[in-house]
Amino acid sequence: MALADNNGGAQGRAPLPKWLTGTVKTLGSIAVTMLGLVFITFIIGRVMPIDPVLAIVGERATKASYDAVYLQLGLDKPLIVQFFYYVRDVAQGNFGMSLLNARPVAEDIARVFPATLELASLGVIFGVVLGVPLGVVAAVRKGSWIDQVARVLALVGYSMPIFWLGLMGLLVFYGMLGWVGGPGRVGIFYEDVVPTVTGMLLVDSIIDGNWTVFKDAFSHIILPASLLGYYSLAYISRMTRSFMLEQLSAEYITTARVKGMSEWDVVWKHAFRNIRVQLITVIALSYAGLLEGSVLTEIIFSWPGIGSYITTALLAADMNAVLGGTVVVGLIFILLNIASDLLYKVFDPRAR
Amino acid sequence: MMDTLLDVEDLWVRFPSRQGVFDAVRGVSFTLGRERLGIVGESGSGKSMTGRAILRLIRPPGIVEAKQIALNGDNLMEKSEKDMRAVRGQKISMVMQDPKFSLNPVMTIGAQIIEAYRQHNRTNHADAYAKAVEMLQAVSIRDADRVMRAYPHEMSGGMGQRVMIAMMLIPNPQILIADEPTSALDVSVQRQVLDIMDGLVKERGMGLIFISHDLNLVADFCDRVLIMYAGRIVEVCEASKLSQAKHPYTRGLLNALPRLDAPRDHLEVLQRDPAWSTAPSVSGRVA
Ligand SMILES: Nc1ncnc2c1ncn2[C@@H]1O[C@H](COP(=O)(O)OP(=O)(O)O)[C@@H](O)[C@H]1O
Ligand SMILES: [Mg+2]
Repeated sequence: MALADNNGGAQGRAPLPKWLTGTVKTLGSIAVTMLGLVFITFIIGRVMPIDPVLAIVGERATKASYDAVYLQLGLDKPLIVQFFYYVRDVAQGNFGMSLLNARPVAEDIARVFPATLELASLGVIFGVVLGVPLGVVAAVRKGSWIDQVARVLALVGYSMPIFWLGLMGLLVFYGMLGWVGGPGRVGIFYEDVVPTVTGMLLVDSIIDGNWTVFKDAFSHIILPASLLGYYSLAYISRMTRSFMLEQLSAEYITTARVKGMSEWDVVWKHAFRNIRVQLITVIALSYAGLLEGSVLTEIIFSWPGIGSYITTALLAADMNAVLGGTVVVGLIFILLNIASDLLYKVFDPRAR
Repeated sequence: MMDTLLDVEDLWVRFPSRQGVFDAVRGVSFTLGRERLGIVGESGSGKSMTGRAILRLIRPPGIVEAKQIALNGDNLMEKSEKDMRAVRGQKISMVMQDPKFSLNPVMTIGAQIIEAYRQHNRTNHADAYAKAVEMLQAVSIRDADRVMRAYPHEMSGGMGQRVMIAMMLIPNPQILIADEPTSALDVSVQRQVLDIMDGLVKERGMGLIFISHDLNLVADFCDRVLIMYAGRIVEVCEASKLSQAKHPYTRGLLNALPRLDAPRDHLEVLQRDPAWSTAPSVSGRVA
């Protein structure tokens, strides 16, 4: 019987438990990918025509203070040793000092990243909550008016420049109607009112039980989050539609109908279960894109996130800040990838 | 006369397209009693569409028309979609060609069988589970508890098809439509799967519509045979008297089969007469 075939393979030594080898493999791949990423940022830092010593001591420093910093940064050591030091520092969360504000880059990132995380998370939640059902309905009612509406909605999402939509949104909902808060994360009176725990204002104000701040922060985030949500909705709903169309023409769907199941159950209990794995990839991609920091959105809405942080640093040739930001964004990508791999195994028995 | 379970009268299946309407099934009539009725014909002759039309499973833009498709005198053509759902599975069920595609890849076998049972029977999970195990044993699956927990990809074709049969028979339908149920299986297990299906159908006094392109198999396995060509029935025959069939298409199909007892140097190529596809459909109804 075919069921018995599964036990072939491993012979001899008792095999290690599967979860253990799996965890080791995952951690190994995180380490290798991170090392590669750090290596690349290290090289970029070296080839940039910016003297890191001058950047610290300034143009008019004495030869003695220049040399002191030169030695302190370990620039007299071979490149490979320098790389080793760099890796050691990054592993400890030390990205060096920012040139712009003379603060540790790590502290800056700890401040700006939660702002992006909050905005991106809300955006992707919008995109998923609205985009997935829209895509499913568009597939089930293919060719109907609702499918056409979904198509136009996505097309507009694909083709409309984000800065235009953002400015229009601000003009209408903030300027004319006054329904939402303006640029920034929170009104000026509410800044630094709730203690920072996660760095995400919505979460921190809930923890503090301060609903006034929560409401104000929400009124500020709603417009940029909807905007990002709209873009991810456009992508997610199109992909959902095409995944669903493929599954709905599969033979097991006929089987479900032969059983006498309702159309609702056929769609959600059978077809939808089979697109979850593909959907995870699409959602993870969409989320990663938003987490990278949507630079334009952050600039239009004066949102102090990682996208505008890296951009500002880049324009000021603040290499430590740029590289630190890049490593963090890279880490996010890797973690999201691993999370979606793990979810595959939950949703698809063939991937176990 | 044996009692009639199903009476199909003047069934048409049409697919409108830009070039015009394509008729996949053209005025087919037949009855089914507690017997094994074979439907044979080459690929594309409309066998599957006939089977699916009975369950009203032709999806738009396809159109089904018929004077009647009567199940125990009850015309299915007049039923609402909701009422049809009570017919599907519970009264008429269907086994398809390839279990690799007809089972849901991300659900356990157990969940799929239990779902088929509970669709028509209000029971708790434990009862449904016991019933499903019993049904798996009825299709000669020995370690039923293990199979209940398995996923379709962990199963061979023969096992998968036995699971399909168990799943489709668990609500105790009166009619089973088997659409090429062994065509995707290894030759070595085809006979075994057929015997299991045959045994259950007989034991439960069901009617079986057995669709196949294999005239040999149908001659062996069925009581009565409808021969389809281009959406029509061109000949109706007792399976035991197939060798006396008169229609040149049937004769052609018979002659096209290699035979061990009378080997020939070459197989004949079937010559088609355009008149066959315009002649009216022969009725397979038994009054
Ligand atoms: N959705 C469809 N649209 C147009 N033609 C179709 C469709 N489905 C099936 N057909 C046509 O109907 C005819 C009969 O198909 P079918 O009943 O599946 O044949 P078979 O006898 O091989 O089971 C074929 O010629 C096929 O091309
Ligand atoms: Mg067919």
